Amino acid sequence: MPIITYREAVARGLREGLTEDERMFILGEDVGSYGGAYAVTKGMLKEFGPRRVIDSPLSESAIVGVCTGAAMGGVHPVAEIMTINFTLVAMDQIVNHAAKIRSISNGQYHAPLILRTVTGGGAQLAATHSQSLEPWFASVPGLKVVTPATPYDALGLFRAVREEEDPVVFVEHILLYSTRGEVPDARYVVPLGKADVKRKGIDFTLVAYSRMVQVALAAAQALEEHDVDCEVIDLRTLRPWDKETVLESVKRTGHCIVVEEAWRTGGFGAEVAASVQEEVFDSLDGPVGRIGGADVPIPYNRDLEQLAIPSSERVIQAVRAALNK
Amino acid sequence: MMTTYRIVEELDKKTLHSYYRQMQLIRTFEERAGVEYMHGKVRGFLHLYIGEEAIAVGTMASLQPQDYVATHYRDHGHALAKGVPANAIMAELFGKATGTTGGMGGSMHIFDKSRNFAGGYAIVGGQMPIAVGLAMASAYLQENRVTVCFVGDGALQEGEFHESMNMASLWKLPVVFVCENNLYGMGVPVSQSLAKRDLYKLAEAYEMPSVQIDGMDVLAVRQTMQEVVDYARAGKGPYFVEAKTYRFRGHSMADPQEYRTQVEEQRWEMKDPIHTYKDWLVEHGFATEADLATMDLSVEDEVQKAVQFAEESPNPPASALFKNVYA
Repeated sequence: MPIITYREAVARGLREGLTEDERMFILGEDVGSYGGAYAVTKGMLKEFGPRRVIDSPLSESAIVGVCTGAAMGGVHPVAEIMTINFTLVAMDQIVNHAAKIRSISNGQYHAPLILRTVTGGGAQLAATHSQSLEPWFASVPGLKVVTPATPYDALGLFRAVREEEDPVVFVEHILLYSTRGEVPDARYVVPLGKADVKRKGIDFTLVAYSRMVQVALAAAQALEEHDVDCEVIDLRTLRPWDKETVLESVKRTGHCIVVEEAWRTGGFGAEVAASVQEEVFDSLDGPVGRIGGADVPIPYNRDLEQLAIPSSERVIQAVRAALNK
Repeated sequence: MMTTYRIVEELDKKTLHSYYRQMQLIRTFEERAGVEYMHGKVRGFLHLYIGEEAIAVGTMASLQPQDYVATHYRDHGHALAKGVPANAIMAELFGKATGTTGGMGGSMHIFDKSRNFAGGYAIVGGQMPIAVGLAMASAYLQENRVTVCFVGDGALQEGEFHESMNMASLWKLPVVFVCENNLYGMGVPVSQSLAKRDLYKLAEAYEMPSVQIDGMDVLAVRQTMQEVVDYARAGKGPYFVEAKTYRFRGHSMADPQEYRTQVEEQRWEMKDPIHTYKDWLVEHGFATEADLATMDLSVEDEVQKAVQFAEESPNPPASALFKNVYA
């Protein structure tokens, strides 16, 4: 099977969209002439022209608001906010407007808006450029939130997102762009709201999303030496999240740790942990653990930054401690 | 009112009467909404358009049915002028299932897609990028459609004003911004909130044409808005209109109104858009007192029926809570 990068997978999804859906255009900062801040849209301005690949002024709030209004008016915009850190400027349009158009108009209007952005740290970009804010969006009724961790899922989810009639926050990860994975040439779709068991196991359930899926998989591999067979679940969609797959897994393993890059306090792990203990308490042989980003603004210094982001070593330690191994 | 208007040559008596009736409908509706609010039938926030009627009526009369309107939370007048039924708006204020959004939006969020009324919005300035987006869609789809975006003087202080004006002008989008400058945000005069004195001149920063008009004069509004809307419709780009006006009531029903002087209020009430237009109609032989009285009665009846309709309508069911919430 062909192997491509995560970046190429997203780009393929966008090209398919632009080719197959006349109503689609990409609007964001530096998506055109610059080729995309992360080179995702490289070449697309030349290929599709300035009507379909639109360089925006530096106005995040208006990028989201204009794309919301445009979606209400019958087109299918892909708004790009360069990094999830910059979505903060646009929060009013995302939460108060895009997310509420269908419900507040009682279904008269809806906004098929695809909001692409990039999360995560680890590139020494310091506190305002290294955050993982996707759990915040995952709390908002009216938004769907997807967090693909692999090229296969990135392309498959984008295809599914194209069919959505309401806003979706499509969260890529800064350190995943160059990662590689198998992606078939034949057309396939990854459905929203469905988690993926990336590694089957019987002793422990690790729940993760985005880049932390790779961290969890690395930990699972290493834990084999300690005679622990981990199941790794990639949530893929945070809102709505696939509770059934997680609960079914915990019923079998009896143990669960959630691994995420977002701040531990109030992170998505809290939602998963609370749900697991609410619904399959009797299956648990120990408390549900959460490994999240350190509750700090992320520093520039390399070693300090690495301390702030969960590593496979931390996951290994936590699993072994939970099992007294 | 001025002595002559070019636009009058294009308008027949019936049309001239309709402007009076529409303004009177808005006035009567708003006054009644205020009363129903005091009776506890309308809850939450209620922002009345009393005194500003000429802007909504003069503007909508310059539009075609397919044109979009997005506005702020003082939106009943705009909705009525766009043809949204008084019944449905009153029912919405009462929170009923028969309201414009089935009780989900309330006073600040009147929507009627069938009439291209794309919302009242409660976040100051929030409607601006959305209006620009609606215009962008129209241009992209090559539709013959103009978007009118109403804003208050307060919205000009928000960052989204800057972003929206910039994009609209850069991309020459078919959007007309109508700033209803009633001289106050909530309780702070615009002179203490905005460094620019002549608000319409802010458009110059974006190379956007602009004009200031007398928002108390329905024919002046009608005349200028036709030119401005035609400009946008011809694909020449956006326009910014500052309409000077005054709200005769407080910011909302909750406003203790301690920040304006009686003298100022009285001075503006002498420019009441409905009274002055009425005098103009009679003086220029376009209407008799009997014509006007007939319209007044018809409006009273319409508003009374709207209240009755709202009273008799059912509440939405509990299941409505999760309707239209897809995630």
